[in-house]
Parts: sequence; C-alpha cells; structure tokens
Amino acid sequence: MATLKQAAGSQFSRIYGFGAYRGENVVTNDDIAGPIDSSDEWIRQRTGIITRRRADADLSVIDLAVNAAQDVLNTTGIAASDIGAVILSTVTYFHQTPAAAAIVAERIGANPAAAYDISAACAGYTYGIAQADAFVRAGTAKYVLVIGAEKMSDFIDPTDRSISFLLGDGAGAAIVGPSDTPGIGKTVWGADGTKAGSIYQTHSWQEMGANPELGFPTLRQDGPSVFKWASFKMGPVALEAIDAAGLTPQDIDVFVPHQANMRIIDQLIKQIKLPEHVVVGRDIADTGNTSAASIPLAAHRLLAEGTAKSGDVCLQIGFGAGLAYAAQVIVLP
Amino acid sequence: MAYTEQEVLAGLAEIVAEETGLAVETVTADKSFVDDLDIDSLSIMTIVTHAEDKFEVTIPDEAAKDFNTVGDAVNFIVGAQG
Repeated sequence: MATLKQAAGSQFSRIYGFGAYRGENVVTNDDIAGPIDSSDEWIRQRTGIITRRRADADLSVIDLAVNAAQDVLNTTGIAASDIGAVILSTVTYFHQTPAAAAIVAERIGANPAAAYDISAACAGYTYGIAQADAFVRAGTAKYVLVIGAEKMSDFIDPTDRSISFLLGDGAGAAIVGPSDTPGIGKTVWGADGTKAGSIYQTHSWQEMGANPELGFPTLRQDGPSVFKWASFKMGPVALEAIDAAGLTPQDIDVFVPHQANMRIIDQLIKQIKLPEHVVVGRDIADTGNTSAASIPLAAHRLLAEGTAKSGDVCLQIGFGAGLAYAAQVIVLP
Repeated sequence: MAYTEQEVLAGLAEIVAEETGLAVETVTADKSFVDDLDIDSLSIMTIVTHAEDKFEVTIPDEAAKDFNTVGDAVNFIVGAQG
C-alpha cells in the first residue's frame, strides 16, 4: 500500500505586521444624533465614542480591504506573490458569491493564492488569525493575509438607536507567517447560537425580494444583553487564552479587545484583572465600531503611535454576532 | 440558605453603591433605577450580574429589562431563590 506524504509547516507562527485603512470622513456624534433623538453627551457616556470614521460612498468594502492589504504588504516587505492564502472577514459585502477575498487577492497581485471570506462578524479577525496560524504550522501556506474589512455605513439605519450610531468603516490587515519562536498562542473560540437573535439583520434578502417595501436590510442589536454577555462571559474566555499561552495576566503588555463599546472594554479589564501597566487599545473613541476591522486597526495604531512596541505580548479578543468569539495571545510585530 | 427580603435589599444596595458611587442608604426599594438613581440599562446589567453571583440566582435578561425599581429586582431575586 502506498504511503502518502503529509505536509509539515513551521513549528511556530507569528504576525509580521499590520495594515490599516480608515474611512476618510470624520462623523461626529452631533452629525448623527438628530434622527435618534440623542446627544453628543449621551453617546459619549454610553459608548465612549467621540467620532467614527466613514468611507466615501463610491468606495466598496473591497476597496477598503485592498487599501489595508497594500499597507501591510508595504510595511512588511513581503511580496504579494508569496502570499499563500487570503482570508477576508466581512459582513458588509453584498454578494453571495464569488468571495470578495478572491477579488482582493487579484487586485493586490496575490493571484493564485487561496482566497475566501469568513462570516464571524466582530470575531472574524481573530477567527482568521486562528486559521492563518493553523495553515502556517500545517504547511498549507507560508504567508497568510488576514483582513477584516467592513463598510458598516452601507448597513445602517440612521433612525436606529440600537447599533447604527456606533458603527464606522475601516479595514485592518495582518500577515501571518513562519517563526523561529512562538508568536501566536492557542486560540480559544466558540459560538452560541442560542443568542443568534442578539445582533441581527432586520430581514433577509429573500424577504426583501418578496416585499420590496421592506427596503435594504440593516443591523440591530439587543444592547443590554450583548453588553452583559461581552462584559462578563468574555473575561473567562480571555483568561483561558492567557492560560493556554502558558501566561498569567501579569505577563500581558497590551490588550486589544474588539472595539465595541468603551464600557465593555473597561469591564473586561476588571474581569480579567489586567494590571495597571497594560496598554489598552481604545481606538473606538474616534474610529467607532468597525466590526472585523477593529482589532487590527487598534493594534496598528498602538504600534504607530509608539504606545506599544514590537515584541510586546498582546491579548486580543473578538466577539460579536453569532454570538461568536475568539481570543488569542500574540507577540506584536 | 435563602436570603430574606431585607438581606437581598441590603446586598443589592451595596452592589449598586459599588457600581455607581451612590451612598448605600440612598438605594431603597421604592427608588427607580433610571429616574431616581440615574442608572442606565448597561449599568443595570452589571448590577444584575453581580447580584446573580452574590445571591446565586439566574436573572434572565428579559426579566432584568423589566426592573423599574430596586424593589422589583429584590422581589425577583427573593422569588428566584431555590
């Protein structure tokens, strides 16, 4: 009987760099408060958001993804032709098929890399890192480009008081590749479909087709329930990821949670009992909640501003619609 | 051992005081979370979570959203004890 050969990759993997793209337009709380009968003070107090960034109308989520991808290619110096897989997390690409990732791969010169989209909403980037880490260590790909890209402004209702006012447009990217030392800890992840109704689309495309008066679907959330889940169920997930990496909270230098709400970030810090020295990503204050893009955007910013540095140990955790979540400890590039 | 209504009120008042910075004695059963104590829906969820841990009960989100006064929460917790 013939014996097949099985691929083996690098023993370890790491993130080589981040790329970022934020919407060009700064949207203040006053700009959006009218239709939701709110105020700058109320939005700041409830969310910590001062402004959010939104992209020009003529840009697609693919354009956003390409911008972030080109940025990370430039930053790392890795040739697009060396990318073996492109994983794009988005919930704002309005085609069932083909995947946006294939178009992005072609536009950045990564053809014929494997390319596909994943749908894990605000957990999508950390899901993508989990896959990329596995591909590199299994020998499925040498370098994997992970992108979180969202044009949330295409998916909002200005009169919605539940989630629309939080949302911004952006794309964040990272390249994962082989490493001589451990650079990505075990991913702790999961989903809870019993809470699928906590963050949702108002109606399906089929329902819109049958009844065009429904108009384009938009997002909604059960804010208090999501807050409770994210603030108190994600702490143990983060602690499990820290433990799986062989570390304790004292070992963490940087914390980059999904940028959903400043109050969730503050509560998570308490739940995880992160020490005072930990640098925390708070990009939400002026970028807004950009779903799958928020973690790489926040990490990119901390490095660009010098608040965090290469070699720092960073806990990152994504959580959102599904409800889906994934956490891992990484070494910053 | 089940907590009495007075014990639940006292424990809940401590949790509310910790979350909000209000004096414990201002947290009485007749007070409305939102209108009297200026506690928003997100802080109510934090208080509810701590109350679940302290009194070893489960408070479903839908029940928590119906809490108007501190007394509503006390009554639910007293009734939810095994």
